[in-house]
Amino acid sequence: MTATAERLITLDAPPAKPRRRLPFSPWHLVLAPIALIMLIPLIWMLILSLETSPESQSFPLVVLPSGLHFHNYVQTWNAEPFGDWFLNSALYSLATVAGNLVFCSLAAYAFARLKFFGRDVLFVVLLATLMVPYQVLLIPTFLIVKHLGMVDSVGGLIVPNLCSAFGIFMLRQFFRTLPIELEEAARIDGTSRLGILVKIVLPLSLPALATLAIIQFMWSWNDFLWPLIIIDTASHAPLQLGLSTLQGAHRSHVNLVMAGTVMSQIPMIALFLIAQRWFIRSIAFTGIK
Amino acid sequence: MTALAERSPATRHRPPLFKRIAGSEHFAGWAFVMPAVVLIAVFMLIPIGWSLLLSLQANNLLAPGHYVGLANYKALAKDAQFKSAIGHTFVYTVIFVPVSITGALALAVALNRKIRGIRFYRLAVFIPLVTSTVATGILFLWLLDPTFGLVNYLLHEVGLPQQQFLQDPNQALYCIVAMTVWSWLGFDVIIYLAALQGIPEDLLEASQMDGASRWSTFRSVVLPLLGPATLFLVVWSTINALQLFDEIYVTTRGGPLGSTTVIVYYLYQQAFQFFNAGYGAAIAYVLFVAVLIVTLIQLWIGRRRVYYTS
Repeated sequence: MTATAERLITLDAPPAKPRRRLPFSPWHLVLAPIALIMLIPLIWMLILSLETSPESQSFPLVVLPSGLHFHNYVQTWNAEPFGDWFLNSALYSLATVAGNLVFCSLAAYAFARLKFFGRDVLFVVLLATLMVPYQVLLIPTFLIVKHLGMVDSVGGLIVPNLCSAFGIFMLRQFFRTLPIELEEAARIDGTSRLGILVKIVLPLSLPALATLAIIQFMWSWNDFLWPLIIIDTASHAPLQLGLSTLQGAHRSHVNLVMAGTVMSQIPMIALFLIAQRWFIRSIAFTGIK
Repeated sequence: MTALAERSPATRHRPPLFKRIAGSEHFAGWAFVMPAVVLIAVFMLIPIGWSLLLSLQANNLLAPGHYVGLANYKALAKDAQFKSAIGHTFVYTVIFVPVSITGALALAVALNRKIRGIRFYRLAVFIPLVTSTVATGILFLWLLDPTFGLVNYLLHEVGLPQQQFLQDPNQALYCIVAMTVWSWLGFDVIIYLAALQGIPEDLLEASQMDGASRWSTFRSVVLPLLGPATLFLVVWSTINALQLFDEIYVTTRGGPLGSTTVIVYYLYQQAFQFFNAGYGAAIAYVLFVAVLIVTLIQLWIGRRRVYYTS
């Protein structure tokens, strides 16, 4: 009864006016301006980096440069030890990624699969350190690195960051999801525990290893506070620290500062564009766990 | 043959002692964790304890310090600059966290659909995330420059008054909020997008079949299912906001008139510019306790209000 009544009512209602439809989804009207706002700072950086010095500091602003002054890039590269900065950043990032992959995998495997004396206490201590802010460690770590004679060196950047509690925890969680039968079979065949880790567990864990590598790489490449504290010599600085000094050195040449900023951001943005899916998966992973 | 016969059955089954130890799971376990344990002990556990001792000392990073009891903490309690640093950090956190999370939620909903160009839109939102904090600082310093900045130029074009932005003590902290929202938004969006894509399609269909409007489907189905992601983002963003440093160092160095001096910047100044390491360590411990308390409160509230499906 009610169904038919409803149908009658709808039949009686005047036919809906055909809505005027946009030739595209209305969401574009929301998303396009947002995308523009997000990109403007980066586009503006590119524009300034290609202007001449007077163009980059004039009012009203020069929105379209008189030409593509790529010479700015050469000039900045030659004025500052950019090559050293890139090299130091690459060393810092790659060494800490390698260290984390090796040391975290070893420890994570032991925590996931081996029963050893003190394991659970050790694991709880490890988890507790995750709660401690970086700043608490800052001053004593500086003193320790000073005692080790590694202040003002890339080694001093790397060594305290070779292993992270986060990496151990993440890999352990992942290792525990793997089927244990394969490992048991290999054990019966006489494979050593290290052999099992290297030949069976790690090849199955590539997604987790990639996540750890990406997160650590982003962290080290963009790290600023630690280099700021232990590096004094310009040529020993990693990229971000070098970049921050650019600002003071070329205060009156915005175009040069921006050229340097563009150069410093290219590797990470390029890497992101190439491996976008992996970056996003890694970041999403930190949130879901 | 003779060698075998000479061995007693017991020793035949039991390999030599060192082999038994080396082959045991205890040994293997410790061997595997040893490098990590050494690194974490030296660069985390020792510093955590050392930091606490330092906070009880007058120490200038060069000469050995001497113990002064709780003097650093007592001085902190009376330090007007520290109080204003706490105030700035509080204001920053209280604005940054809700703005970035609600903004990201709205954006993630908008980005969670299959329309042409969606990949480009997502890319535009994600790219600031891979731009370093130092580069972000430099960019915004110039965008917000009172004389040559793009933002003042645009304000001028539409006939609005010029602003001092980062050079105005009343505006600087809000400019820092805007800048950090820009650079962190992508992270929150990624987390929300992943959570949205984890919502089963049939739940949404069922809700629509029951006659729920889009808005009420969002409010009573989608939003509760995003609870865990929201809780994570609240905790994560708050921890990061309380530790703000890089962007302040690159843009305002705590100025103008100390209006952007946040806790970690004050810590940096005390420890590494004025060499009051003990005082700096005390600040670090106050921060640690604050982070811990805020996180625990958030998790406690979250546990009562967030619904976990699995």
